[in-house]
Amino acid sequence: MSSDLDLHDLYQEVILDHNRRPRNFRVLEGGRTAEGFNPLCGDRLTVYLHVNDGVIEDVSFQGSGCAISKASASLMTESIKGKSVAEATALFERFQKMITAQPDSPVSDLGKLKALAGVRQFPIRVKCASLAWHTLRSALDAPGEVVSTE
Amino acid sequence: MATIVRSPSAVLDVERIRRDFPILARRVHGKPLVYLDNAATTQKPQHVIDRLVSYYREENANIHRGVHLLSVEATDAYDETRAAVRRFLNAADAREIVFVRGTTEGINLVAATYGRSHVGAGDEVVITEMEHHSNIVPWQMLCEEKGAHLRVVPITDSGELRLDEYERMLTARTRIVAVTHVSNALGTINPVDSLVRLAHDRGIPVLIDGAQAVAHMPVDVQALGCDFYVFSGHKVFGPTGVGVLYGRAALLDAMPPYQGGGDMIRSVTFERTLYNDVPFKFEAGTPNIAGVGGLGAAIGYLDSVGIDRVNAYERDLVAYGTEALSAIPGVRLTGTAPHKAGILAFVMGDVHPHDIGTILDREGIAVRTGHHCCQPLMARLGVAATVRASLGLYNTREEIDALVRSLGAAKAVFA
Repeated sequence: MSSDLDLHDLYQEVILDHNRRPRNFRVLEGGRTAEGFNPLCGDRLTVYLHVNDGVIEDVSFQGSGCAISKASASLMTESIKGKSVAEATALFERFQKMITAQPDSPVSDLGKLKALAGVRQFPIRVKCASLAWHTLRSALDAPGEVVSTE
Repeated sequence: MATIVRSPSAVLDVERIRRDFPILARRVHGKPLVYLDNAATTQKPQHVIDRLVSYYREENANIHRGVHLLSVEATDAYDETRAAVRRFLNAADAREIVFVRGTTEGINLVAATYGRSHVGAGDEVVITEMEHHSNIVPWQMLCEEKGAHLRVVPITDSGELRLDEYERMLTARTRIVAVTHVSNALGTINPVDSLVRLAHDRGIPVLIDGAQAVAHMPVDVQALGCDFYVFSGHKVFGPTGVGVLYGRAALLDAMPPYQGGGDMIRSVTFERTLYNDVPFKFEAGTPNIAGVGGLGAAIGYLDSVGIDRVNAYERDLVAYGTEALSAIPGVRLTGTAPHKAGILAFVMGDVHPHDIGTILDREGIAVRTGHHCCQPLMARLGVAATVRASLGLYNTREEIDALVRSLGAAKAVFA
C-alpha cells in the first residue's frame, strides 16, 4: 500500500469536513462538563452535557487540537445526541474497539464514526481520536474532573 | 568588505559524513529517512556503535574495583573519556567533569546539592521563559522545599532574552541563575558570556544547560566563566543514559554528595562515612561504563570532523532552511532571533502540528511536533504546539527541500 493511500484512510473527507466545521462547537451552560487533556501534544477540550432522565438531550464541545481529535469530538456529539447514557457508553466501547483493532480486521457499522477507522493504522494517533470519548465518560461519571490520556 | 561565497560542501564533505551514520541509509514507509529531529536525539556514527560493541565483547569489567587486567583497562578507558571531555569543554581540570545520566540528572544534582545548601527561605532562583522542563522543575521543587522564589526572565516576540529584565531580576536574594545555552524550541543562542558576567558581578553562580549547544558549536567553559555546565551524550552522537556535569572544582569540593553508595566513599563505618574526592563523590554506584566509552568515541568523532566546520556548515543550513520555510505562505517561524542554532520551529496556518507530523512521517521525514517540553514557552508564544525541524551535521539542503515539498502536500490535504 502506498503512503498516499494510508494518509487518505486517516484524513477522510468526513474528517477534514468536521475539522474545518466542527459541529456542536459551543459552550453549553447549566449542565455537566469535563475537561480532557492529551499531554503528548497539548490537545485540550471541554465536553458539555445536558442529561435528563438518563438521556443525553444536548452535547457540545470546545477546545483546540489536531484534526483527528477535533473531528472525533464533533462526530461524537452528533452520534450521541438523543441517546441514552447506556447507549452512549456502549458506543464508546465499540468505537474504542474499532480504532484499536488490527488494520486488516473488518470495520463494524458505526455510521459516520467509521470515518475514524483509519486511525488503527496510526497507533500514535489513537489517543487523539479517543480524547473526546474519554472526556465524555468523565462528564458522565465524574463531572468537573480533568481527564488525561496519559 | 566583500563577502566570500562558499558552498557548504567546501566546509564539510557531508556525503562522507552521512556514510559514517548507518541509520541514514534506512527507509521509512518506503522513503529514504530524512532525520530532522536532532534536538530530541542525534544518530550515532559507526565509530560509536563499534565502541559499545567492543567494550562488551572484549573489555567488560567494573571500574575502580579489581586488580585484574580487564578492570584496569576499563578504569583507564573511563579516565581517558573524562580527560577527553575536559578537553572538549576546555575545563581546567578533569576533576571538574562528573559523569551523570544526562542533562536532567546534572541539573537535578546541582539543585539537590548546591541548591539545597545555598538556597533558603525568601531567596531567589533565576531561570528564563525559554527553559526546557528539565531546567524548570528541579528549581521549582527546590524553591517549594525551601520557601524560595522562582524568578523567570521573559523573552521578546522574536525569542530573545530580555536582558534588561534579567539584570533587574539579579538581586541580593538571587542564589543561582540557571539558563539554557541554546533554546530547544526556538533555536535562540543566548549570550551566555554576558549573562555569566552580569551574575558574577553580583557574586551569583550560573548553571548553563548545554544540551542543545555542544553538538553544534565550540564550548569553552573557562572562557564562558560559568560555574556549572551540563549536557547529554545522546544529543552529541553518543549513547543514551550518559551525560556530563561540569562544575568548578571549588564549588564541587564544597558541595554535599548527591547519592550515597559505592565508589563515592573513602571509608565507611556504621558511625561515620568519609566521602571520596570529586568527581567520585558524585558518582555513586557502578556508572554507565559502556556509555561513557561511547561518549568518548562520539567526542573523538566530532573532533575528527572539527566542531568549527560543523558550526559553519550548520549556519549555512539554518539560513537556507529559514529562507525556504519563510517562503511558504502561511508558515510562521517561532523563534527568529538573529543569533540562532539549527532549530527551525514553526506553525502552518491552522493545520495542527500533530497532523503535519503524521503526514511528514509518511514521507520518511522525522520531525518533532508538540510542546517540546516547554509548556510555559508555548503559552508565551500563544500556541499549543509547533513543528520543529532540528538540524545536525549530516543534514543537507536536499533534505530541507524534501521538508518544504512535503509541507506543500500537507497543506493540500487540509486546503
